[in-house]
Amino acid sequence: MFFRLRPCALDELKHTLSFPFVQTVEHGFPNQPSALAYDPKLQLMAIGTKSGAIKVYGAPGVECTGLHKETATVTQLHFFPGQGRILSLLDDNTLHLWEIEQKEQCSHLEEVCSFMLPGRSGIESTSATRVTVLLPKLSCDLLAVGTEGGGVHFLELPSFTLLDRSIFQDEIMQSVPEEYKCGKSLGPVESLQEHPQHPDKILIGYSRGLVVLWDLQIFVVCVFLLQQLESLVWVRSGNSFVSSHSDGGYMVWPVSSSTPCTHEPVTSTIPYGPFPCKAVNKILWRTTESGAPLVLFSGGMPRASYGDRHCLTILQDSQHITLDFTSRVIDFFTIHCIDRDKEFDDPLALVVLLEEELVVIDLQTAGWPTIPSPYLAPLHSSAITCSYHISNVPTKLWDRVISAGQRQCHLQTHTNWPICGGKNLAPSPKQQELLLTGHEDGTVRFWDASGVSLRPLYKLSTANIFQTDCDHNDSLTQAGEEDWPPFRKVGCFDPYSDDPRLGIQKICLCKYSGKLLVAGTAGQVIVLYLCDEKSDHMIDVATVDLLQDREGFTWKGHDRLPPKSSSVPFAPGFQPVVLVQCMPPAAVTAVTLHAEWNLIAFGTSHGFGLFDYHRRLGFHSRCTLHPNDSLAMEGPLSRVKSLKKSLRQSFRRIRKSRVSGKKRVQEANAQLAEQDAEVTPVQRRIEPRSADDSLSGVVRCLCFADTFLRDGTHHGPTMWAGTNSGCVYAYALDVPSQDKFSEQSVEALLGKEIQLMHRAPVVSIAVLDGRGNPLPEPYEVSRDLAKAPDMQGSHSVLIASEEQFKVFMLPRVSAKTKFKLTAHEGCRVRKVALVNFSSVASEDYSENGLVCLTNLGDIHVFSIPALRPQVRYDCIRKEDISGIASCVFTKTGQGFYLISPSEYERFSLSARVITKPLCQLDVDRPHDPSELSSAGVHIIIPCHGIISVSVRQSHTKPMAHTKPSRQERASLWVMLKVKVQCLKCRQLQSSLEQFSHVGFM
Amino acid sequence: MDCCLSRIHSSPVNIRQQHHNTLTCVCLPLQFEAEYRRFALKKNGAGSFQEFYQLLQTIHRIPGVDVLLGYADIHGDLLPINNDDNFHKALSSANPLLRIIIQRRDEDEPVVFPTNSLQRRKKGLAGLRPSQQKNKPALLIGLPQDFRQISSIIDVDILPETHRRVRLHKHGTHKPLGFYIRDGVSVRVTPQGVEKVPGVFISRLVRGGLAESTGLLGVNDEILEVNGIDVAGKSLDQVTDMMVANSHNLIVTVKPANQRNNVVHRGSKASAGNGSAGSGGSALSHESAHSPASQTVSQCSNSNSVAEGDSDDDDTDLIIESDNLPSYTPHRSLANGNIHGNTPSSGVFGHRPLPQSVSLPSSSSLSDSKASLSSLTTPTHNGSPTKTSSSQESMREDGNFITL
Repeated sequence: MFFRLRPCALDELKHTLSFPFVQTVEHGFPNQPSALAYDPKLQLMAIGTKSGAIKVYGAPGVECTGLHKETATVTQLHFFPGQGRILSLLDDNTLHLWEIEQKEQCSHLEEVCSFMLPGRSGIESTSATRVTVLLPKLSCDLLAVGTEGGGVHFLELPSFTLLDRSIFQDEIMQSVPEEYKCGKSLGPVESLQEHPQHPDKILIGYSRGLVVLWDLQIFVVCVFLLQQLESLVWVRSGNSFVSSHSDGGYMVWPVSSSTPCTHEPVTSTIPYGPFPCKAVNKILWRTTESGAPLVLFSGGMPRASYGDRHCLTILQDSQHITLDFTSRVIDFFTIHCIDRDKEFDDPLALVVLLEEELVVIDLQTAGWPTIPSPYLAPLHSSAITCSYHISNVPTKLWDRVISAGQRQCHLQTHTNWPICGGKNLAPSPKQQELLLTGHEDGTVRFWDASGVSLRPLYKLSTANIFQTDCDHNDSLTQAGEEDWPPFRKVGCFDPYSDDPRLGIQKICLCKYSGKLLVAGTAGQVIVLYLCDEKSDHMIDVATVDLLQDREGFTWKGHDRLPPKSSSVPFAPGFQPVVLVQCMPPAAVTAVTLHAEWNLIAFGTSHGFGLFDYHRRLGFHSRCTLHPNDSLAMEGPLSRVKSLKKSLRQSFRRIRKSRVSGKKRVQEANAQLAEQDAEVTPVQRRIEPRSADDSLSGVVRCLCFADTFLRDGTHHGPTMWAGTNSGCVYAYALDVPSQDKFSEQSVEALLGKEIQLMHRAPVVSIAVLDGRGNPLPEPYEVSRDLAKAPDMQGSHSVLIASEEQFKVFMLPRVSAKTKFKLTAHEGCRVRKVALVNFSSVASEDYSENGLVCLTNLGDIHVFSIPALRPQVRYDCIRKEDISGIASCVFTKTGQGFYLISPSEYERFSLSARVITKPLCQLDVDRPHDPSELSSAGVHIIIPCHGIISVSVRQSHTKPMAHTKPSRQERASLWVMLKVKVQCLKCRQLQSSLEQFSHVGFM
Repeated sequence: MDCCLSRIHSSPVNIRQQHHNTLTCVCLPLQFEAEYRRFALKKNGAGSFQEFYQLLQTIHRIPGVDVLLGYADIHGDLLPINNDDNFHKALSSANPLLRIIIQRRDEDEPVVFPTNSLQRRKKGLAGLRPSQQKNKPALLIGLPQDFRQISSIIDVDILPETHRRVRLHKHGTHKPLGFYIRDGVSVRVTPQGVEKVPGVFISRLVRGGLAESTGLLGVNDEILEVNGIDVAGKSLDQVTDMMVANSHNLIVTVKPANQRNNVVHRGSKASAGNGSAGSGGSALSHESAHSPASQTVSQCSNSNSVAEGDSDDDDTDLIIESDNLPSYTPHRSLANGNIHGNTPSSGVFGHRPLPQSVSLPSSSSLSDSKASLSSLTTPTHNGSPTKTSSSQESMREDGNFITL
């Protein structure tokens, strides 16, 4: 990480602030999950992803993450129950052992060793040794590995020593009676299951349909199925097992040593027959005390009518529910009793990992309701279009939002979260933080961002105030369209937007008054307020013409959204006050709200408007279009080659949520390259920005401030607007006092117009008070929540353009300081924020800084108002355009950005405010083998005659904690771990030998 | 521009002290009906160029007509008279007759002061020239007051000979900068041998663009620095952004692909021929300071080279104060009461010079040294007698074109 510290000003030196950059935690749902595991002893769940990450979750706040060095898909994950060890299989056919390590207050996942099955001598084909299934024995000392070649190998754990007792296919073939042989090959090993009562017995299922039970080396019993095998599971008693098949059926088989070979299952059903069905991919059989066993299986739907559904069936006696998910089922497990003395499984809950979300079903409550997840929130249930963060939320607003949110949840139980391993050590957050995400379907979701787990609080939908083609009633609660199968829609992932115009573009919330401003793609600007009662009312609609009779322009883009003409019922929560529609209905590009003055300001690519939502009156608007700008008029949908492009866009929109971040970046790059290719391949034109660049009129930022614009002695309300062409308009507002508000109207008078010479887009505008601090938010001073700004000294305005930062003195607007970032570094400003950094040393010392994210993905911190560079960090890959675009800073020096469509990475620049998982996991790792593995030397079995020895990890540990004498120091325990790898085949060849007490030094 | 200036300078000037008190002027108004006036003028009390100009207008009874003045020097060259310096030069070169040619300033037909123009006409050489050359439009050379520096080679003394630091002045021209850059591989000779490193090169020059017209940048020139910042390790996009951000005053250090035209260190006058007014001019100003014409040049280039040290402050932003803002100070609102009708919503301004007061940020807000620099830099590119005009005036002159 690149780090540079410039000398600070004298007063800064007293309390030198450090800006350590740490990426603290990932919020949301892991992108492209591929494997799931559960440790019933520690009550931990692990999720593996296609990018090679392993994420372990326990009780809320307990989580840790590990990332494989190889970016390969994690195909399987297995816990060693209670030991805090995880075994992972990647699709490059390597096995990895991970351990949960406790360091200070954090738990970490660390890779201990990796292993690859050696090729069998004489067989060159790699598919023969390709691992298909893993079975760690419950005793945790042995691992059975099934391969594509049909062999089953045994490895000693945790050293990964290959034992000489592999079962090869030919052995099986010899033991199996003649009529059970189907051709020459048995197919890959499809399932390995340990007998629940006799650990030595292993059930081996082959893909072609042969199932055999082995007791160590001895063949016990075998059955042959007519259908291709998909999965096997033991019944708890061990007297029978269940197999599921590719034809959509499952069978229960008896196990008795009296009849070693059988054709006849106890029962055989195809639940969704008789028409052809899809395969039952996985089946679980759980016995209950109440009688009938619970059968849970995924897939098996009738091929013709519901073959495209992602379903999981829960069957118990006559109860039958088909959970209908919106994305593919990756894996599922039940949380049940594992006590061997108990007779029944008695499952508590079913945990289903889907491609886009996690669903937990309460199996103890009648009706099998869902349990809301405290983490792994599907942020991307509809694609995220914008985000907004509010720090230090007042308790009043917080409680009201939560209570409004609780009334929204139907069909959810409030049973405790069943996955509750580990202890959360993080102190309860000092202040409440809200993260608001705007989505493509017109919803705004409120998340609790105070802690490690991002918890959904409330969902606001703006679609219901418009007439759209679709009914926006919550379809999730509605029952399925037909009686059979008994579908129940579960989960909230819904990537399909009814109308792209509903998409939320900008959000602004006043945390003291509960006023919310939401603006969307079709120029709609909605002012809402928080109301605890239900209501049913008409919506006030106002239209603001931003073109101001400018001639020669015709809008060719989408129409505005027609508001509903009748009254609309609203649930308790945020309810609309007024809907302002911009004409032409271009997407809103900037909004701001001043609840104390009852004013909002909004801007599009055509101009900006000022609106008094108390009197429902637009009192000023201004067109910012340049006469030559034709592109702005065409709107987003009809720009050149419209049909082809919009088709491509809509496909992309559908795909977007499914494609990984990496792919999206590639796509974006390809798109960029495509655009450039039309001109010249890899050359760039050097031309200064001119006044008539396209889209120069786009309003980029708006801000209200109480400052000096008219003269140096009288301050008053002002509004500032910055455009894409480097133009800043400053208005003096005449806001009547509170009591006269309904009589007098607000007036706006243009005070200053600043044309930045370099014409770069204005990214942000902020007014600083006499001491150089940002002005407080509305209501903060009048409610004694913040220090009053210094109105004595002269104010200044900070204008951040894409290329440089400038501070101008007010009211004369004379340049004071500036920093030309692009001229120096060649990077352009994407996001800026004024951040309050508090010192670690003293509680009450804090300093304001300007934080800026550039198009190269690096973060710069500058002092204000001196604009001295303080520090620079690489944060986001510069290719990750969507990540950079999604970044949002908090007021305390943290930030969020999307690392995938479904995950926010949280980072912190403040030494004081860091939100990271602090947790403790009490692992019970048997001492002996772990000591062996960490205090030994792995000795080499030559594989191709080439041996390499690499010391991977070594640390010394003194015998006693007292200061060791010279003698003692000479005999320290040296823990060496030597990893031995064959250089030619990159295979790990290792054996174990005690090698711990070494005279050293 | 540079050609003309250097030619003015290079024409040998013989200063012979005239002891006559009076001298005679012959005026040949060229494009009026041929009208000759002969009059006498006191050599010592000749006064300023403006006085002389008005005198001619009264003599010829053409008050208010915009004319150009030229005179024939001893070599027969037609030289312009448009400021005090060359007016006095003209007077001093008269022996004692000074032939002055008055020509109506015509928009369509550019005025040309070719070398030996008069002699050639006298000797009838024009007829001997090949006709095709005659058809060729004469080299277009304007007056010095219309000139503005567009490029210069700077820092010749500190750079290696193989490198060239070129300064492009974009401001005030309609011309595009007009070049493209690309990625490429540069070969460096290091103690370890030849090393290939990624570099940025000029890939294309736009015809008629500023870059092409200077002749100082060429295709495949490697870009080493942009405004003093090394581009090594920077991506093409970064270099592009840096150049665009500096485009108002772009200084690029290149390693020219064609190494034959490199500037030789001890500036011979040959270098001036390539339009290197910046480096050449300052050298010349020492050698031939007695030539008034070259003094103009050197003053101009001096002011520029001062500005080089602080290229930072020439992108002063334009602040338009809308004076319809009722202020608390009464005199202000009175003074500007007449423009109340112009409501801000009525349309764009800022592209049209509306009756709003335009002010530069006061230089007092900047540190003193910077302020003086910026006032030097801003208006003086035209190196003309209007140099003394305040920055406000120069801005009004430019109208909707903001050249600060």
